[in-house]
Amino acid sequence: MTSRAGSLTESQVSPPSQETVDAQPLVHIEPSRGWASLKLRELWEYRELLYFLVWRDVKVRYKQTVIGAAWAIIQPFFTMVVFSLFFGRLANVPSDEVPYPIFSYVALVPWTFFANGLSQSANSLVGSANLIKKVYFPRLVIPISSVLSGVIDFALAFLVLLGMMLFYGIVPTVNIVWLPLFLLLALITALGAGLWLSAMNVQFRDVRYAIPFLIQFWMFATPIAYPSSLIKNELLRALYGINPMAGVVEGFRWALLGTETRPGPTIAASSLVALALLIGGLFYFRRMEKTFADVV
Amino acid sequence: MSNVAIRVEGLGKQYHIGGRQEHYRTLRDTLTDAFVAPFRRAGYLLRGQATGAAELNETIWALKDVSFEVKHGEVVGIIGRNGAGKSTLLKILSRITEPTEGYVDLYGRVGSLLEVGTGFHPELTGRENIYLNGAILGMKRAEIERKFDEIVAFAEIERFIDTPVKHYSSGMYVRLAFAVAAHLEPEILLVDEVLAVGDAQFQKKCLGKMSEVAGEGRTVLFVSHNMAAVQGLCGSAMWLDSGRIIGWGEPENITSSYMQSTVSVSTEQIWVDIEKAPGNEYVRLRRASVKAQNSGFSNGAISMLTPIVLEFEYWNLVPGMYLNLSLHVYNEQGVLIFNTAPVHESNWHGKPFPAGLFCSRCYIPPYLLNSGMHRVKLLVVQDQARVIYKHEDILVFDVADSAETHGSWFGKWPGAVHPRLEWQTELISNVEE
Repeated sequence: MTSRAGSLTESQVSPPSQETVDAQPLVHIEPSRGWASLKLRELWEYRELLYFLVWRDVKVRYKQTVIGAAWAIIQPFFTMVVFSLFFGRLANVPSDEVPYPIFSYVALVPWTFFANGLSQSANSLVGSANLIKKVYFPRLVIPISSVLSGVIDFALAFLVLLGMMLFYGIVPTVNIVWLPLFLLLALITALGAGLWLSAMNVQFRDVRYAIPFLIQFWMFATPIAYPSSLIKNELLRALYGINPMAGVVEGFRWALLGTETRPGPTIAASSLVALALLIGGLFYFRRMEKTFADVV
Repeated sequence: MSNVAIRVEGLGKQYHIGGRQEHYRTLRDTLTDAFVAPFRRAGYLLRGQATGAAELNETIWALKDVSFEVKHGEVVGIIGRNGAGKSTLLKILSRITEPTEGYVDLYGRVGSLLEVGTGFHPELTGRENIYLNGAILGMKRAEIERKFDEIVAFAEIERFIDTPVKHYSSGMYVRLAFAVAAHLEPEILLVDEVLAVGDAQFQKKCLGKMSEVAGEGRTVLFVSHNMAAVQGLCGSAMWLDSGRIIGWGEPENITSSYMQSTVSVSTEQIWVDIEKAPGNEYVRLRRASVKAQNSGFSNGAISMLTPIVLEFEYWNLVPGMYLNLSLHVYNEQGVLIFNTAPVHESNWHGKPFPAGLFCSRCYIPPYLLNSGMHRVKLLVVQDQARVIYKHEDILVFDVADSAETHGSWFGKWPGAVHPRLEWQTELISNVEE
């Protein structure tokens, strides 16, 4: 408060106008036409907001729950138990010579990250309607932060995975150095799809009801409960990578468990599709962005 | 030399409203449409056309052809009735929504107080919310850290800084929210009705902060329904109506013409045809009016400073009646403020009225009524005892707020009346000597 007098004289000596005489405006607002640019530089300027939103999501996620962050583990773990029972024991689904529980869990960890990231980012804009209607910031920050905040849950579930590997005496291969890239691939896929769905969700709340279906179908289209090695034809298996999560899951198995299938072509296909999904999603999102505040 | 802070040129914003008007004629049409429409909408969606969930053809211009310039250091009040486009204008300026046409150039960092407390999370503590809210409003982390203590002191919540805000009282919540927003230091500040929140003391603090901001040579756009605040704080005022600027200039002039335009509720009624005039077999009304007594003053608008005259013309139809009028004046809350009758009137009171046209006037002195809407009920009384005719809401008028009656306080004075009373303060003894 003591600085008030100082700033008063300061502004009298050099009013802000002096600096901006015939200068370029700081902000120019006009209707955008056609496909807007991505404005990634502006997004970068708002990185602190992104940080705070992720931090908020992480802090708040398990508030007022009894078992708290254990939820991050329960979800994939119990799915693994169910899968092991029905697919592993009863249906005798092959598991690439790896114990079935760890075979499915290693896939469920990135899958859970993806599925939660997708559904949360898809609902993120509608959930932040209040913010969108009151304050300006690059709207991309919202779905990005909701995908990113899932990384913590992923880390917790991953710790359990390491414990299980220890239990089964499985030593990860050197390929584990590629793991962050596979995680990135899952993140890109979740964000790419999340951008499309979140922008659509603003206009059409149908999306909200379609998301659980989508995730369910997507799960069965991803080699989680079964190995992609069931597909013998190499070319077909590469094409399987059109589902980017197939690449992610096979990549995780390959890097951690050393399964025999060489996932290279699958992952290449997955990466291409995921990038296309992300870039398309970014442009679509930016295009729809201008109407968010009016419609949401 | 230009020292423009905001330049707005031909700004327009179109909204889609309403739904489709056509009717389904046959069941087949209905069914076909039910199947086709989702695909058509999906098509719109993928092409990125902004249609709503329904097909929206009707549009409305919330703003149209708005052009103006605001210089650095100016404080501009924006007034107008609800739906005039005030909030839309602020939303465009703060980039929340895009204009449909025209452009805006902003020469300086913009901060907006469109609603305080946006993005507060109830589960987070006061400390955490200061950081989160600051980031949302566009403050850098270092900036928040620097101002942190100042914000906490302004909000007066030192003791509760590490308590989740869901346990705060609503007053604490609003104070904290405003404190964060008020410490944003933009060159251009957009304010929308923040004065509507909080208690009287807090409103004072908000207004103080605003005039402080203005005093520092920053630019403020201030949307308000509080005419006294606009008069007291703003250097100029903009009057929006149906999305267009219809007045711009001295706050006093603009606010008073605005008040006149909006409060033309029922300040005069005339019944030319005696047969159809309200009344009965004893009396018939001819005219009722309320106006400021010396019309040259403040454009004839009724304000807290103006003497007011209520005038009633009426026919007495029965010769020899002992009549008097009686007025009940109610305020906005429906409280009867006073009842008056011409018992001290010297010409005709207590005398028999011949048949004929009479006019009675009632003078309300200045500095008596509080600001706000007033309603008048008219009673016609015979022999000071029997009500022979009554008329509800015969006159409805607004008493404008005036900066002069306020001192430094811009809120509405509580109470049914606001008389200007004599005050005297004396020093009885000085303890220092």
